[in-house]
Amino acid sequence: MKLNLASSPFSRKALKTPELMRLVMLCLIPGVFVQWYVFGWGNLIQIMIAGILAVVTEAIILAIRNKPVIRTIKDNSALLTGVLLGISLPPYTPWWITAIGIVFAILVVKHLYGGLGQNLFNPAMVAYVLLLISFPVHMTSWVPPESLMQHSVTFADAWSLIASGFSIDGYSLQQIKTAVDGTTMATPLDTLKTDLGHGLTVSESLNKPIFGTFAGFGSEWISIAFLVGGLFLLKQKAIGWQIPASFLGGLFVISLMGYLSDPDTMVSPLIHLFSGASIFAAFFILTDPVSASTTPRGRIIFGVLIALLTYVIRTWGGYPDAIAFAVILANMCVPLIDYYTQPSVYGSRKA
Amino acid sequence: MSQIDDLTNPDTHHDAKPWVSDESKEIIKQGLWKNNPGLVQLLGLCPLLAVSSTVINALGLAIATTAVLVLSNWIVSLVRNQVPKEIRIPIFVMIIASLVTCIELIMHAFTYDLYLSLGIFIPLIVTNCAIIGRAEAFASKNEPGIAALDGLMMGLGFSLVLLALGAIRELLGNGTLFSGAQALFGQGIPDLTITVFSSDTSFLFAVLPPGAFVVMGFLIALKNIADKK
Repeated sequence: MKLNLASSPFSRKALKTPELMRLVMLCLIPGVFVQWYVFGWGNLIQIMIAGILAVVTEAIILAIRNKPVIRTIKDNSALLTGVLLGISLPPYTPWWITAIGIVFAILVVKHLYGGLGQNLFNPAMVAYVLLLISFPVHMTSWVPPESLMQHSVTFADAWSLIASGFSIDGYSLQQIKTAVDGTTMATPLDTLKTDLGHGLTVSESLNKPIFGTFAGFGSEWISIAFLVGGLFLLKQKAIGWQIPASFLGGLFVISLMGYLSDPDTMVSPLIHLFSGASIFAAFFILTDPVSASTTPRGRIIFGVLIALLTYVIRTWGGYPDAIAFAVILANMCVPLIDYYTQPSVYGSRKA
Repeated sequence: MSQIDDLTNPDTHHDAKPWVSDESKEIIKQGLWKNNPGLVQLLGLCPLLAVSSTVINALGLAIATTAVLVLSNWIVSLVRNQVPKEIRIPIFVMIIASLVTCIELIMHAFTYDLYLSLGIFIPLIVTNCAIIGRAEAFASKNEPGIAALDGLMMGLGFSLVLLALGAIRELLGNGTLFSGAQALFGQGIPDLTITVFSSDTSFLFAVLPPGAFVVMGFLIALKNIADKK
């Protein structure tokens, strides 16, 4: 066996902001690709609109604030905010809603707090919540997976839907949403919530076509693709293991306890993990280096806190998914968490 | 009494007579800008943020609050020498509460729609700390006339912020201005609604309380910019 000897210093090269942001975006590609494959062109167009607007907004604000424009834009952070919001939005959200969200994210959430590194909240998630409470109808207009749709949506249709609200053939989004069997579809979590409200049991609800092999139809594969990208990000040491592990682990344990206590009204951990935004959020949203906790123990508390809030809101709250709310609430706790979890300085404790 | 009546009507007090004393000028400046209850003292934020979703709601609360402020400042100032120091706060609160009850009954009688849409925030004028704050900080130490002027100016300053908030939120939220004016002025007047832009969807964030906080933040920022220049 041959051992390679390397000489000191053994320092690891820390990724600079632009490289880190680029790496995160590259790792998003598998998830976005499957999302395109399952749900069509909508989200790719959203990502484009949000990304471009984010960069333009950032440039204008930087110019107003007399900061170096080109150099700061090249850190890709605004672009990443746009990409994350584009992935999160319902595919055929009208363009002006996307625009309001992204301008709010960059202007209010990021720059009013002092720009990159100073923002208290995750810009993409605050924008998402802003849009969700402002435009509840548009922001819950999810479409069924392409293969379950009555009308297929081409690239041109997708553009037209986002720009004007109607497809090329004049179908409204409401008609597009109609599935093969004539029923309107929501997301898997939303379907579950509605069905449970109607007195169905979980297993009855799971027979609906919106559910696939083990979670939401199609969305389970999107989650797996994001998981692949996220694990690569972890392997590259771009993010710490604490937040994704504690969030997913916490969500698994909490939902397992609920499931075991009452399998008819509580959803299984698999659905909690692989439907909705759990996996995507665990690796790409929660790990935002600015607004997440920065101490190792704090990150575990942060992840578990989001898992708990997500589970509580999903199960008993008014919204089917809750990642964005949970992230914002946990962001507010970060200064407190960080204060109480400062690692002790080496040598301060007796051995 | 005639002298007091004259003094309690501060409009004639500083408009009709050419001599506006420096003290009055300072009070006007303090109330409207320098020490504005909404933007600088940040007092009475609860009603300010809660009912400023439309201009008319804001106007209704503005009138009610200003009336209470003027009267409470005047009365507190009239009795200031008879009130024992130790129990002055309960007495001030009682004076303010009686006035608010009067205003509430008046609104109940004459502007019933507005009374319904302002709801709990009319009785809550009692707890508006801008009012007790002026009673304690100013009226209990000054002559009745000047105290009433201070109440009017503080009330107007508060009203201006309320109206600005109401206008911005109504415009952003629904694209209209002055909708529902009949609730305040009665069915006799024409519909004053100005539709600046019409949209099928309203921007709920501006209408909901979080939007009020954000718009308020922008107003304070604008005032700070104006002060710096």
